[in-house]
Amino acid sequence: MDSTPQPPQGSPSRSRRPRRLAALIALPLTALLLSGCTVPSFGAKKSDTVTGRSTYQLWQGFSIAAAVIGGFVILLIVIAVIRFRAKGATIPRQSQYHLPLEIAYTIIPIVMVFVLFGYTVVVENKVVAEPATPYQVSINAFQWGWKFSYPGTNALIVGHTNQNPMMLIPVGVPVHYTLTSTDANHGFYVRDFNFSRLAIPGIKNEFSFQAIDTGTFNGQCTELCGLYHSLMYFRVKVVTLPEFLAWEKKFDTPAGAAAAQAANLVVEQETSSIIPTKPTGTTGTKI
Amino acid sequence: MSEHVDTLTHDDHASHEHHGATGILNWLTTTDHKIIGMSYTITSVVMMLIGGALAEVIRIQLTTPTGSLVTFSQYNQLFTMHGSVMIYLFAGPFAFGALANIIVPLQIGAPDMAFPRLNALSYWLYLTGSLTMLAGFFTTGGAANFGWVGYAPMTDSVNAPGVGTDLWIGALLLTGFSAIFTGVNLVATIYYLRAPGMTLFRMPIFTWNLLVTAILILLAFPVLTAGLIMLFCDRHFSTHIYTVVGGGSPVLWQNIFWFWGHPEVYILALPFFGMVTEIIPVFSRKPVFGYKGMIFATLSIAALSLGVWAHHMFTTGVVLLPFFSIMSLLIAVPTGIKIFNWIGTMWGGQIWFSTAMLMSIGFVITFLIGGLTGIYLASPPLDFFTHDTYFVVAHFHSVVMALVLGAMAGLYYWAPKMTGYLLDERLGKIQFWLLFIGTQVFTFPQYIVGLNGMPRRMALYPNSPEWQTLNVWSSIGALMIGISTLVFAINCFYSWKRTPAGDNPWDAHTLEWFTTSPPPHHNYYRLPKIRSERPTWDYNHPDKPALVHGHNHDGESS
Repeated sequence: MDSTPQPPQGSPSRSRRPRRLAALIALPLTALLLSGCTVPSFGAKKSDTVTGRSTYQLWQGFSIAAAVIGGFVILLIVIAVIRFRAKGATIPRQSQYHLPLEIAYTIIPIVMVFVLFGYTVVVENKVVAEPATPYQVSINAFQWGWKFSYPGTNALIVGHTNQNPMMLIPVGVPVHYTLTSTDANHGFYVRDFNFSRLAIPGIKNEFSFQAIDTGTFNGQCTELCGLYHSLMYFRVKVVTLPEFLAWEKKFDTPAGAAAAQAANLVVEQETSSIIPTKPTGTTGTKI
Repeated sequence: MSEHVDTLTHDDHASHEHHGATGILNWLTTTDHKIIGMSYTITSVVMMLIGGALAEVIRIQLTTPTGSLVTFSQYNQLFTMHGSVMIYLFAGPFAFGALANIIVPLQIGAPDMAFPRLNALSYWLYLTGSLTMLAGFFTTGGAANFGWVGYAPMTDSVNAPGVGTDLWIGALLLTGFSAIFTGVNLVATIYYLRAPGMTLFRMPIFTWNLLVTAILILLAFPVLTAGLIMLFCDRHFSTHIYTVVGGGSPVLWQNIFWFWGHPEVYILALPFFGMVTEIIPVFSRKPVFGYKGMIFATLSIAALSLGVWAHHMFTTGVVLLPFFSIMSLLIAVPTGIKIFNWIGTMWGGQIWFSTAMLMSIGFVITFLIGGLTGIYLASPPLDFFTHDTYFVVAHFHSVVMALVLGAMAGLYYWAPKMTGYLLDERLGKIQFWLLFIGTQVFTFPQYIVGLNGMPRRMALYPNSPEWQTLNVWSSIGALMIGISTLVFAINCFYSWKRTPAGDNPWDAHTLEWFTTSPPPHHNYYRLPKIRSERPTWDYNHPDKPALVHGHNHDGESS
């Protein structure tokens, strides 16, 4: 039990070395960041939507700020821990206040916060903007699946935990979405679009985004919605505009419309049958 | 500052030992804040062990994408009860019930809390509430299964018909009233029972933080209580406050819950900030740097925390994004001041790396990580794509694991005062490294897997080798944290009655180290003169007062 400090020895004189060390580390870091050739992704993805890319850039900006501040603070802690470890029983100078320093580390963070907030507002206004567009999708989430319908057309896609639905959207044009829920809270989330929005009973949420490239992307429910929350997936297929319009037209034939209606009916029956009468306790399905 | 006369607070008749019930009867009937505080400490640490065990089951389930250890329903119960036990039954009661109860009256030189019987009631309500919540596991429907936030409509009688839900609501009401009574008690104690000379701006930071915490409790908890009563009415008396069908709104619950829930984050955090603010100066052998700045930082955190609740609701689409964004970002400023003040305290000190100090430094680093990732989440566009993913889970686990490090720091620091015996330092350091490294191994893969798109509260996840690797690493971290907790338990038994601590083993600053360990029934036979925020230090080191710009408090240069 070393409950007493080590034998005394005078503290050495303090040098300016750490400050120079900090400058040595900070300078090339700043230079690297300012060069801007390849800003790292910091774990995020570039996104397949226009607004998602703005979000991605905001993410990079925040990450640089966080890395610089975090690195600086951890460096200070490491220096303090190494340089000021107990070298004896001497009692150090009992200094308690340094007002200019305290004001500095109050004012500088406030300025930084407002800079970050400024960029946030700029990107946020882009992300929540809803430009006028003829292409509309109504998304309805339910326990435990998704229904994608296209207002003004007969197009309809429904799917649930046994058969994940695939939402078709055109590339290169803004698409407007209306998100509703019939029962619980659900979360509409597509990782590659850097976007999510909750579907809440009684609330009609609206948003808009524009895909950049064609492809298929995974999406899933992110808000806990009961027993089969873990299985509530969907996919988004981004196709060219002519392909999208041709696909929509298929539902205009009587056969197509009937098939869509039938699919809808089947899924609604299946959902009601897979809802356990008592969705709590040990009645849950073994995974 | 040269004259030090002991002030007698009791006459000689009062300085004999307290005579009353002993043993189990004493424990059941006591109104002594120290015994109640010990009951709180033991109960909340047991709750931490229960919550931790639930977490380990969750982490085992997630080591494979198609884990088959538990059913969907059991998994939902597991994470709900893990979160509920940790937040409602461990972190809060430990923060404002356990150490606060023992230390606050000691730090201000009071003989007990202002309302000792109310204090006992608080503890018994807390214990009853804890047992009520855990009883959910033994009902046929199982325990609560809608997440610790209990979002409507998952808590309604259709989605959650089980008794477990009602037990959960009842438990929150009981522990909520316990918290409110503790809040009343702390405010009254701190305002009215301070010893002569203990002005507000001479109070230790821990007591200051508990004062602010108690005020936040009084502002926030009644809102939750009201919300829970409305929820109970929805479930049993056919009201439609949170249900769309009768004209209610599920989002109302989110507003009410987070109006409590975000101040609650600081109700949990401020006491732990206070603990490390006591510990870092003592083991740096310096006064706390920027004492008054520290207090104003605490006050502004508390004020801002009342205006940030909707940052949990950015993706609902029904909140004013910029307002809650700037309010949330601004909290980084006072929090940053605290971190710089802790570093400033260490700067130029003679740092003694006891377990308590190591835990405190671990707290600062882990809290820094949790704070920096919190800044992202305060920005609505960034919150949109990380909301409800493991990035958020990792963020708040960095924060709460920092609080666990803080709790351990507090226990290692104050256990000698509470029990009279030191905890073993060797075992303590093993525990620290396991806990600190385990925490980072546990959270970092979660940040990455969250950015890769893994949502929270998933019993299964897509079959991706990358995600599985990250989840396995996270589980390894959780296992290390679990082992560190076992080391702590071993240490408690190993150190029991082994090394007597003496009154002041750390050469500490504040009043509680002036009395015996453990303190007598009414805490003090005598008190030193209180002329600064470090009365015990001033008594032991009359020649080393704190310096303000090179001057001591009397304006003499030094």
